[in-house]
Amino acid sequence: MRITQGTFSFLPDLTDDEITAQIAYALEHGWPCSVEYTDDPHPRNTYWEMWGLPLFDLQDPAAVLDEVRACRDEHPEHYVRVNAYDAGLGRQTVALSFLVNRPSEEPGFRVDRQEGADRRVHYSIHSYATERPAGSRYGGARGGSRSNGHGQH
Amino acid sequence: MADRWSAGVIPYAEMGYWQPDYEPKDTDLLCAFRVTPQDGVPPEEAGAAVAGESSTATWTVVWTDRLTTFEHYQAKCYRVEPVPGAEGQWIAYIAYDLDLFEEGSIANLTSSIIGNVFGFKPLKALRLEDMRIPPHYVKTFQGPAHGIVTEREYLNKFGRPLLGATTKPKLGLSARNYGRVVYEALRGGLDFTKDDENINSQPFMRWRDRYLACMEAVNRAQAETGEVKGHYLNVTAADMEDIYERAEFARDLGSVIVMVDLTVGYTAIQSLAKWARRNGVILHLHRAGHATYTRQKNHGVSFRVISKWMRLAGVDHVHAGTVVGKLEGDPASVHGFYDVLRKGRYAADPSKGLYFEQDWVSMPAVMPVASGGIHAGQMHQLLHHLGEDTVLQFGGGTIGHPMGIASGAEANRVAVESMIKARNEGRDYLAEGPEILRDAAKRNKPLDMALSTWGDVTFDYASTDTVDATPTPA
Repeated sequence: MRITQGTFSFLPDLTDDEITAQIAYALEHGWPCSVEYTDDPHPRNTYWEMWGLPLFDLQDPAAVLDEVRACRDEHPEHYVRVNAYDAGLGRQTVALSFLVNRPSEEPGFRVDRQEGADRRVHYSIHSYATERPAGSRYGGARGGSRSNGHGQH
Repeated sequence: MADRWSAGVIPYAEMGYWQPDYEPKDTDLLCAFRVTPQDGVPPEEAGAAVAGESSTATWTVVWTDRLTTFEHYQAKCYRVEPVPGAEGQWIAYIAYDLDLFEEGSIANLTSSIIGNVFGFKPLKALRLEDMRIPPHYVKTFQGPAHGIVTEREYLNKFGRPLLGATTKPKLGLSARNYGRVVYEALRGGLDFTKDDENINSQPFMRWRDRYLACMEAVNRAQAETGEVKGHYLNVTAADMEDIYERAEFARDLGSVIVMVDLTVGYTAIQSLAKWARRNGVILHLHRAGHATYTRQKNHGVSFRVISKWMRLAGVDHVHAGTVVGKLEGDPASVHGFYDVLRKGRYAADPSKGLYFEQDWVSMPAVMPVASGGIHAGQMHQLLHHLGEDTVLQFGGGTIGHPMGIASGAEANRVAVESMIKARNEGRDYLAEGPEILRDAAKRNKPLDMALSTWGDVTFDYASTDTVDATPTPA
């Protein structure tokens, strides 16, 4: 399966040039970028691991792309996304968020149904990736267990 | 003053309702009315009559006025201006002291301002064009249960318009078949599907069955895409007890959103908005019935005023026009509605029909919804007119796709993502829109098919409700 979170998931995966163009758009609007990664893409997993702090002071799209590449190198079998953040009054939220890396195999999700009385069903979305302990998901010996200690900005 | 208190009928203008020297206070609520007086009634008198009849006056002098500080409670018409190009019509500006209104009550506000006066015989017609709501009064309302920012964070969707579709046919599907449409549209790429305004609980499909079928569909689609999805479950019903029962069932099944029709009335909407905030459920409003009083330019209430009332009342979504679709929507007016719903504050802008400035003092924004006769081939125009914080709803443009509903949804999603990507890359997406879509369609069969099916469809009729101001070319 192919998860379709993020602003551009229905398009072919973005090339590095295309990623740079989106980063440039964000920086032109004064939105600092951040890089995050995860091995659990559950739709309600809000807090992906931060690849260091948000890049508040990076004005050069190429420098942001370097961080993307570094994160991808460290976590090639993780989902990696770029967020652009709008700190403006009345927003103070993410302005743009798109995937820049996917694992080679995306295990996806299943629906668990807990059947109750009067035909009610309680649903839960189960992320297959979480069946293995953190650090060994997606068959990756690399990454996952170390959620810190990189991204020395 | 002796004359003022003589028994009998005195012109309103002479009773203090016409005060050309009055300077509105920051705390005053201001209204702009389009007034069409009967022949022989001077515009100042017509404006004063509107001020009087929407505040303290009755048709004759009453001595009991003298038991009050009546000057305080009188609304004051402080300006009348002829409408350019419309003989016999004037805009009357009227100021109301805040003491005239109960805190946090749309019902009371509207009973005062539009309660009696619209049937007043000395006027041929009357329209409430705009209303400046002072921050002091804004702060007495809850406002949107969640607002645009919180909704996006709930949904984990940023940087593009959201996509939806109304299930079709509107009437007649069984719950099982209805859920099929929802499932296909959501798994194909839409964020939301929607009950139509007249889907409540009819013999062919009772509400409870529909809710169960739709939530099965929503959950399946979430698992297939890894995205949060929603279906607007319409909780409109005959009484509040039924409305709450339906809303609670939707919540218990895990729905992120419910919807209600404007026809339930302002008080029911405010009740449901409070419920929606308490229960973490987004509240979508369908403006069913509005065009009966918003469309004609000389009489009724402008939709920009309804938009303000609905932001105060506390809904999260409002249908506010498409510009390019099948329903009424002059571009300048629609831009004005979108400003009312989305901006934190704005200045008066006659070119958009905004007569007053408005400061929402951090009240959350409402997501405008564009629905009715729009399709993927218009994506560049939709993005240009409506921007990013909107829900684009393609009902026929999803469900009518020749390759199936999921393909229709995919076409819309590919179109919107392509357009956002091109815009962000700095391309002139409005001019190059058709080319951007054609390029995307080379890699995507559903979009290609959508463009060849609907590419040329337009609804090119003159609008009825337009703005009066014609900006002078620079």
